[in-house]
Amino acid sequence: MRYAMVIDTLKCVGCSDCVVACQTENNVPIGYCRDWITETVNGAYPNIELELKSERCNHCENAPCVRCCPTGASHIIDGGIVLVTPNECIGCGACIESCPYDARYQHPDGYVDKCTFCHHRLEKGQLPACVSVCPTKCMYFGDLDNPNSEVSKLLKNRKYKTLAPEAGTKPHVYYLI
Amino acid sequence: MQEELFTSGRNIPNIDPSLEVWHWPISVYLFLGGLAAGILLFAGVITILGKDKEYPTTVKYASMVPPIALTLGLLALVYDLTNPLYTWQLYTTIRLESPMSWGAWVLLVTTPLSFLWVFSYFSELFPKWNLRFDFLKTFMKFLKRNRKNMAYALVPLSIILGVYTGILLSAFNARPLWNNAILGPLFLTSGLSTGAATIILLAKTAKERHLFSKIDLALIIIELGLIVHMLMGMYAGSQVQLDAMNLLIGGEFTLMFFGFVVILGLIIPGILEALEIKGYKVPVAIPAILVLIGGLIFRFVMVEAGQLTRYLY
Repeated sequence: MRYAMVIDTLKCVGCSDCVVACQTENNVPIGYCRDWITETVNGAYPNIELELKSERCNHCENAPCVRCCPTGASHIIDGGIVLVTPNECIGCGACIESCPYDARYQHPDGYVDKCTFCHHRLEKGQLPACVSVCPTKCMYFGDLDNPNSEVSKLLKNRKYKTLAPEAGTKPHVYYLI
Repeated sequence: MQEELFTSGRNIPNIDPSLEVWHWPISVYLFLGGLAAGILLFAGVITILGKDKEYPTTVKYASMVPPIALTLGLLALVYDLTNPLYTWQLYTTIRLESPMSWGAWVLLVTTPLSFLWVFSYFSELFPKWNLRFDFLKTFMKFLKRNRKNMAYALVPLSIILGVYTGILLSAFNARPLWNNAILGPLFLTSGLSTGAATIILLAKTAKERHLFSKIDLALIIIELGLIVHMLMGMYAGSQVQLDAMNLLIGGEFTLMFFGFVVILGLIIPGILEALEIKGYKVPVAIPAILVLIGGLIFRFVMVEAGQLTRYLY
């Protein structure tokens, strides 16, 4: 089992529905967010290109946050999901410093918090909140170890990229381009 | 041209617009930890060489600094945690891949050892202070007998502590300014240099002052070499490393780095110490204090500038 998220940048309109769904589902404190939308503009007018991306924790295979955590609060569970155990976290910030994606933050209650791929929903057989609400259906979620899953097929047939692969983290959120 | 912005709104405290998770306590700790490691290493080496009678300041008086410095440093570290009540979780596990876990364990051993070291000299440091209880006197005599054994433990521990202050930062590959292998030796050298400067400040005999002026001068030269290596490594690196280097050379940290760390904190004290060794009359407090201030500012520059650097995508 290797969970992965595939996001079609050609279909994303940047409506931020995934962001609000996550904040609601996971009780994210006001002013914080576990996922966010970036708008990247490449080139100069009139040769201009726009790319919209919904970004979050990449649930890296070689997760620097897990490596740097001094207490083991950051850990990887079945399916490759990177999680933080709140009452093992001392709030030292080492994982935040080590994340190339700035995907983690210090929760007002002290521990470090981040995207969990909604593993509490996955256990019930539901999709992550962000994926389930996307109005353009540009987000896909599934198992990469299963060659017949939707995500495996998309990555086989479409061109894709990951964020900052040069950081050596082997991220598992893929962007179709 | 590439321009990226958050359209969903994202303004997380300490993360946006630029990372500021580690504040001044971390810089202060890195300084105090390096300084303590320096003094402890010198005290240990001099004791092992059997020269402790010749250099009393190093083994006795200056050794009162590390326990205080480490205690203050540890308090600073805990102050910067956002979940400090769970600090004990550090000691429920040993994580070899996490530099911070190494540091936590080394501090757990080194801090008490530095207190015991000073206590073994208690009757010489405070001759008028009468230890009321017999068991304390027995314990002190026991420590005195085992001083050399403590020194054997202190040497490797203080080297790990000194290197750790640098490795802590260099283990984060997400921060290109920190992510270079030279940071460990660089912070160790800088820590030893501030330790030597403290001993120079406290030294009572010209012999001890001269020895540590020579040691400090050598360390300053090594440190300048390591800084050049660090910048050359970044200069030959990828775009993110070039951006990191530009913060120090021609960026917002240039004045702090070159003015206060390299020139005022290394080159000028180096020249003054060389003159002093040659026999010119130089008040040794000046280079020593400059080295200490330079070391402190160096930590601040590295911690703050490092958090501004990141991968671009």
